Amino acid sequence: MPRMTAEQALHRALREEMHRDARVLLMGEGVATKRRDLVQDFGAARVRNTPLAEAIIAGTAVGAAASGLRPVIDLLFAPFLTYSMDALVNSAGKLRHISNGQFAFPMVAMSLTGSGWCVGAQHNHNLEAMFVHAPGLKVVMPSEAADFKGLLKAAIRDENPVLFFTDIGLLHREGEVPEDADHVVPLGEAAVRRPGGDVTLVSYAKTVATCLQAAEQLQARGVSAEVIDLRSLKPLDEATVLRSLRKTGRLVVVHEASGLCGIAAEIAALAVTRAFDALRAPVVRLTGPDAPAASSWALEQAAVPQPEAVVRAALDLVGEGREMRRNAAIA
Amino acid sequence: MSPSKTSSDSDQDGLRRLETMMLIRAYEERLAELQRNGAPGTCTSVGQEACAVGVIEALDARDRIVTNHRSAGHLLARGAEPGRLYAEVLGRRDGYCGGRSGSLHISASALGVVLTSTIVGGELSMAPGVALAQQMGHGEPGGVVAVFFGDGAACEGIFHEAVNLAVQWELPLLFVCENNQWQAFVHRLETMRDDAIASWARGHGLPVERVDGNDVDAVRAAAVRAVTGIRADGRPRFLELVTYRLRGHVEPDDQSYVDATELARWRERDPIGVQTARLVAEGVVDAAGLAALKRRIDERLDAALAFAHASPWPASETLTEHVYA
Repeated sequence: MPRMTAEQALHRALREEMHRDARVLLMGEGVATKRRDLVQDFGAARVRNTPLAEAIIAGTAVGAAASGLRPVIDLLFAPFLTYSMDALVNSAGKLRHISNGQFAFPMVAMSLTGSGWCVGAQHNHNLEAMFVHAPGLKVVMPSEAADFKGLLKAAIRDENPVLFFTDIGLLHREGEVPEDADHVVPLGEAAVRRPGGDVTLVSYAKTVATCLQAAEQLQARGVSAEVIDLRSLKPLDEATVLRSLRKTGRLVVVHEASGLCGIAAEIAALAVTRAFDALRAPVVRLTGPDAPAASSWALEQAAVPQPEAVVRAALDLVGEGREMRRNAAIA
Repeated sequence: MSPSKTSSDSDQDGLRRLETMMLIRAYEERLAELQRNGAPGTCTSVGQEACAVGVIEALDARDRIVTNHRSAGHLLARGAEPGRLYAEVLGRRDGYCGGRSGSLHISASALGVVLTSTIVGGELSMAPGVALAQQMGHGEPGGVVAVFFGDGAACEGIFHEAVNLAVQWELPLLFVCENNQWQAFVHRLETMRDDAIASWARGHGLPVERVDGNDVDAVRAAAVRAVTGIRADGRPRFLELVTYRLRGHVEPDDQSYVDATELARWRERDPIGVQTARLVAEGVVDAAGLAALKRRIDERLDAALAFAHASPWPASETLTEHVYA
C-alpha cells in the first residue's frame, strides 16, 4: 500500500470521484489555482475558483446539489463556515424535510480546523459540534490518511450534505492509503484503533494519536486501554462505543473542541443512558477550554488535551492514580 | 404554461392574465379570512399579482423558479392547485409538501417551482446553483432560472454575492426583484435610496430594467425581453418591478404603521384595477363578464378549501421522515 499524506489522500479521493461521476464538481477560493491537474483533466467548468464569499459558495452548492450536481466546496478555515451557515443549516439541512423529500442535497463542505498552525482564533475553531446539532447534516472528521480518502469518497457519494473537517495538524501526516478507487469508508462507522480491556478512550481527529500515545504509556503501567476513533460524528457509531464500554466499564472522551454541549458530552450521555449498569467509574471528559483558540504556540498547545492528561485520567479511573496520590500525601 | 409570446397580446391573453390575478387575490383574501379564525399566519402578496403573472407568463415548461415566503402568486401563476396550497398552509397531508412546509416555503418540483426559502436572501444564495446546474446540462435544454426576491433581500449582502457570481459565471439566471416598498415592518426608504436596487444591480454589469410592477402587460413585456436575452446569450438579466404590498407583513396585521395617504395612492394603482379598467375600456370584458369570472373563481376556491379541510393531518410517526435521503 502506498504511503501518502492526508492532503494527498484527499486529492486522490477528489480525482477518483470526479473521474467516476461527471456530476461531481469542486468550488472554492483558489481550488482551480491549487489543483491545476484537476482543471486540466476535468475542465474549468468542474473546478471553479470562487470569490472569497463563503455564503454564496455554500448557497450555490445547495442550489446545484438540488438540481442534479454533486458539488464539493472548499471553505478553507472552519471559522469561515459561520458565513455559510444559512445555506448549510437552513437550506441544505432543512429543505429536504420541508419539501417532503422533493429534493436531495448531495454535497460536501470541506474546511480546515484545529490547532497546529498558530493561526489564531479567527482561523482556528473546532465547530464540528455546531453542525452535529443541525438536523439534516452529516459530519465527519478523520484521523488517518486512509480515512481521509475513504471518508471523502463516502461523503461525495452520499445523498446528504456532509461537513468534512480536516484537522490542520494531520494534513501532512503520512499513512498507508489503499489505491483501490472504491476504498470507501462508510459514514457512521467508528474504528477500534487499539484493543484493550481496562478503560475506553474515545476520540476523533488529532487527539486519536494523543489517546494512542496515552495507551502506550498506560500499557507500561499495566493498564490496557481501548482506543476508539469515531471518524463520523454524525451519524455516530453508538454500538462500537457501547460495546467497548461494556467490556471496560471506564470511559475517557478526548477532543480539542470546547466541552460545553460538545461531542464528549454526547458520548458521556450515551454511556450513562445506555450502559449505566456497566460503568465502574464516572465518565471523564478531556476537552479544550471554553475560550477562543490561542495563536501563541505555547498557549495553543496548552488548550489541547495532552497524552499525560489522558494517562492521568485513565489511571484515576482504574484506581492507580488515587492510590499513588494517597501514597504521595502520606509520604 | 404556454410558450412565451413576442407578438401583440390577444384579448384572450389579457383576460387570462386578469383571471389569474383575480384568482391569486381571492386565494389570499380567503387565507387572511382563515387566519382570523385561527389558521397559521401567512405572508400574502396582495398588490403584487401583476409581478407574478407577468413574469411567469414569460417563462415556459423548460424554466425553473426559486421563490420566497410570498410565493402564492408565483405558484398559482405557474399552475399550482389552490386546494393543495390551502392544504399545505393548513398543515395537511395533501399539501404540496405534505404539510411540512406550511405557508412559507412551499415548493413544487413538478411545476418547476424549486427551493422556496423563507430566510430573506436565502433564495438568492441558492439560485446561482440552480442556474449553474442548468448551464452544466442538468435542466431542460434552453431553460432559464428565475429567482423572486424583495427589496428586503436586496439589502442583504448575499444579493451582491449572487448577482456578482451570476455575471462572472454567465449563468442563465433572471433576477426578479419585487420591490413592494416594505421590509417586514420597515418602509424601504428608511433603509435605502429610492433608486438603490436598480443602481446596485447595474453596478454589477448586467442588463437591468426597472418597470411598473402593477402593470401586468409592462411586466410581461420586460420579462419577455429579459428571458429572450438570457436564452440568446446565456447571461443573467435583472428586473426591478416597482409595486406595493397592500396587506401587512404577516397575517393578521392591522397596518397601523402604514402611511394612509401612501396606501390610498397605491390602492388606486391596484394591478387588478389597472388591468380591469384596460380590458373594459377596450371592450374585452363588461360587468357581466367580470361577475362570471369572479363566480368561477369563487366556486373553484370553495372546492379547494373543502378539499384542504378534508385532507387528513400527517401521521405523527412521519415526524422524522425526509430528514435524510
